[in-house]
Amino acid sequence: MNKVLAREQLSADVVMMRVEAPLIARERRPGQFIILQLNNEFGERIPLTIADADPVEGSITLIFQTVGLTTHKLADKRVGEFIESVLGPLGQPTHIEKFGTVVCVGGGIGVAPLHPIAKGMKEAGNKLIVIMGARTKELLVLEDQMRNLADELIICTDDGSVGRKCLVTEPLKEVCGRRPKPDLAVAIGPPIMMKFCAEATRPFAVPTVVSLNTIMIDGTGMCGGCRVTVGGHTKFVCVDGPEFDGHQVDFDNMMKRLRAYKPHEDKAHHQCHLESEIELKEKKQL
Amino acid sequence: MSHSSPDILMDAARRDLDAVIKRDKPLTPKERLAIPCQEMPAQDPAVRRGNMQEVALGYSPEQARLESMRCLQCKNAPCVAGCPVGIDIPGFLKAAAEGDFQSAIEVIKRNSLLPAVCGRVCPQEVQCQEHCTVGKALKDVNRAVSIGRVERFVADLERERGAAQAPVIHPETGKKVAVIGSGPASITVAADVRREGHKVVIFEAFHKPGGVMVYGIPEFRLPKRIVQEEIDALTAMGVELHTNFVVGRTRRLKDLMEKDGFDAVFIGTGAGLPKFMGIEGENLVGVFSANEYLTRSNLMRAYDAARADTPIYRSRKVAVLGGGNVAMDAARTAVRLGAAEVYLVYRRTEVEMPARVEEIAHAKEEGVIFHYLENARRICGDDQGCVTSLECVRYELGEPDASGRRRPVEIKGSEFMMEVDTVIVAIGNDSNPLIPRTTDGLKITKWGNIIVDETGKTSLDRVFAGGDIVLGAATVILAMGEGRRAAASINAKLRE
Ligand SMILES: Cc1cc2nc3c(=O)[nH]c(=O)nc-3n(C[C@H](O)[C@H](O)[C@H](O)COP(=O)(O)OP(=O)(O)OC[C@H]3O[C@@H](n4cnc5c(N)ncnc54)[C@H](O)[C@@H]3O)c2cc1C
Ligand code: FES
Repeated sequence: MNKVLAREQLSADVVMMRVEAPLIARERRPGQFIILQLNNEFGERIPLTIADADPVEGSITLIFQTVGLTTHKLADKRVGEFIESVLGPLGQPTHIEKFGTVVCVGGGIGVAPLHPIAKGMKEAGNKLIVIMGARTKELLVLEDQMRNLADELIICTDDGSVGRKCLVTEPLKEVCGRRPKPDLAVAIGPPIMMKFCAEATRPFAVPTVVSLNTIMIDGTGMCGGCRVTVGGHTKFVCVDGPEFDGHQVDFDNMMKRLRAYKPHEDKAHHQCHLESEIELKEKKQL
Repeated sequence: MSHSSPDILMDAARRDLDAVIKRDKPLTPKERLAIPCQEMPAQDPAVRRGNMQEVALGYSPEQARLESMRCLQCKNAPCVAGCPVGIDIPGFLKAAAEGDFQSAIEVIKRNSLLPAVCGRVCPQEVQCQEHCTVGKALKDVNRAVSIGRVERFVADLERERGAAQAPVIHPETGKKVAVIGSGPASITVAADVRREGHKVVIFEAFHKPGGVMVYGIPEFRLPKRIVQEEIDALTAMGVELHTNFVVGRTRRLKDLMEKDGFDAVFIGTGAGLPKFMGIEGENLVGVFSANEYLTRSNLMRAYDAARADTPIYRSRKVAVLGGGNVAMDAARTAVRLGAAEVYLVYRRTEVEMPARVEEIAHAKEEGVIFHYLENARRICGDDQGCVTSLECVRYELGEPDASGRRRPVEIKGSEFMMEVDTVIVAIGNDSNPLIPRTTDGLKITKWGNIIVDETGKTSLDRVFAGGDIVLGAATVILAMGEGRRAAASINAKLRE
């Protein structure tokens, strides 16, 4: 049983929650995630990245978008209420060292898991460029936090309501074209965004790390439900990942697998439309 | 096998038992051999295809007595040699034959901690029953004394009557032992170590304890409440249980010992790493490991679609790859979830199938279609990445190899397509590497199994291991036996 210590609505559909989890707070490192379950009898298990942790208070911070059944129910939890199961920290921590210049790209809610990595990269002595993107101004999260960290911050929105009116791949390509080029790119966001970020950096040969958020059950390597194809090999995201070489990930297969259980046909349809829209936009830009 | 209604079986047993009891002379061996084998009452196949309830309903008292009377009480007791934990089988059958079921269960419990579970899931036909003289005399191992069914009966009876005695626990020693995992190996260690007065804490990664017995083996074969009662018995003894705790991540093994003050650790983390075939198309939508499929259905209760949040793939035609218990469980679960056709694809023939004979028989009764001497070669999908068919190839049995087993060899050019929308891979499990990877100095084999000596000790001081993590995917009874051995070593070590 893990108590909700604080709850804040970051935007219409994004919630930040601080949850009591002293053991996880003590052990976790950037890049790791938890699996939570609201009800041990009939609840489903969903992975969420740990956005931050406070070992003194014994808490972890989760930032999530209400997209499905469990995230909606989670968003309804009030301070003082409990989450039945929280398991973690899971996955391999991010490899953090002094690379030189690191460009961190966050799309939508992906900025939340990106934040501790950006922080780690900065603390390790890297020059930090942050590119943040969202559909519209209201959906931009952690802007101030990123501004405090970054040596350079680029904001883009699909509708131009704040920052540049473009997809994150546009400034990413510009940054990759600079001399000297960045030594590492880290991209976290919707799969389609990560796919095109990897495509954007590929011609510049900038190593690109992506963090995958697949369907999971156990999170310990027991079921294989989270598997993805990376460089022609099968990998389990929960134990081998969640971070992989973006240039090697088979994103198309991953996106199809993510849709395996879309409960309503029309919902799946909608998702497909969204993705093909972005795909079209991207193709035009490339 | 044709299905006989439970009422008919029980009536027949009542009549037969009356006839035997009326006699004043003891039964001769010949008469014992003439007592009919007691068939297990079971749910009608047509009905059980649509529910998750237990298939085998259990003997009536009369059936249990009659079946026990079939035992010839051989002096050399070959059955005992076939039992991995050496239960005094003639001893408990003798008591059961006399109707003294309480004594019977007490005899079993001297060696086994989980009789209600083992009575249901042990592969008796290759253990105790394989060696049974009755089976030999009748020239059919399936007509040996049904030792497991009687075991189940006396265990269930004791539980239902609430007659089980709480074990005596020695005064607290102040020592504490960490038990990692909560499958049969760990349950056994926890009970045996706690009895000595040591504090015991179980760490389980899942939200529910029981290991494969709750996430893998389906309700229709092993009801969850039976496992839960074993866990309740542990907590009643004062064993502490921490779920949602994955050792190696939430806490490293060495920290448990060096920082948290555990005097000894038992690793019983099982063989939880699903193997895949390594064939084309294995990551398509609609391909699952049996572990995933069964976990969704069992542990996450996806079969109860009205109440469970966890979804499970709705399939029309399913191919299950493999021939063990895991494959049978997956196939029979798919039947229950409403698949129109379920194929089981196995490389060898029925004789070589490692599954329990009863499971094979039940699967057939439930309409699973068996494809022997065939193997999957490639999985094909549509433009949405969903499975549409399975390419298979035919095999024949070749010359016997060194072990005497005839190896299946591929028949060139025999490829053919099987139209399916779901493929479940059930070809076995390897060991989960998490603990070895996060524990320096813990020695493992090249297959990832933890290496232990004859006392169950690993390469690290005060760290023991047992069950599937040591043996590779094996059985409940072997896991229990390994747990017994490790617990004895831990207790001896803590006495030093
Ligand atoms: C579908 C299926 C059907 C089977 N049918 C039969 C049968 O009919 N008869 C039979 O005898 N055997 C059967 N078996 C095999 C039998 O279940 C196993 O041999 C037995 O359960 C092994 O016991 P164990 O205690 O070693 O581990 P398990 O039962 O595997 O339990 C291990 C536990 O450890 C936990 N764990 C793993 N890593 C960690 C960690 N790092 N930290 C904390 N916890 C961890 C796991 O979550 C799990 O709960 C079957 C297996 C399967 C999968
Ligand atoms: S979530 Fe089950 S193996 Fe990764």
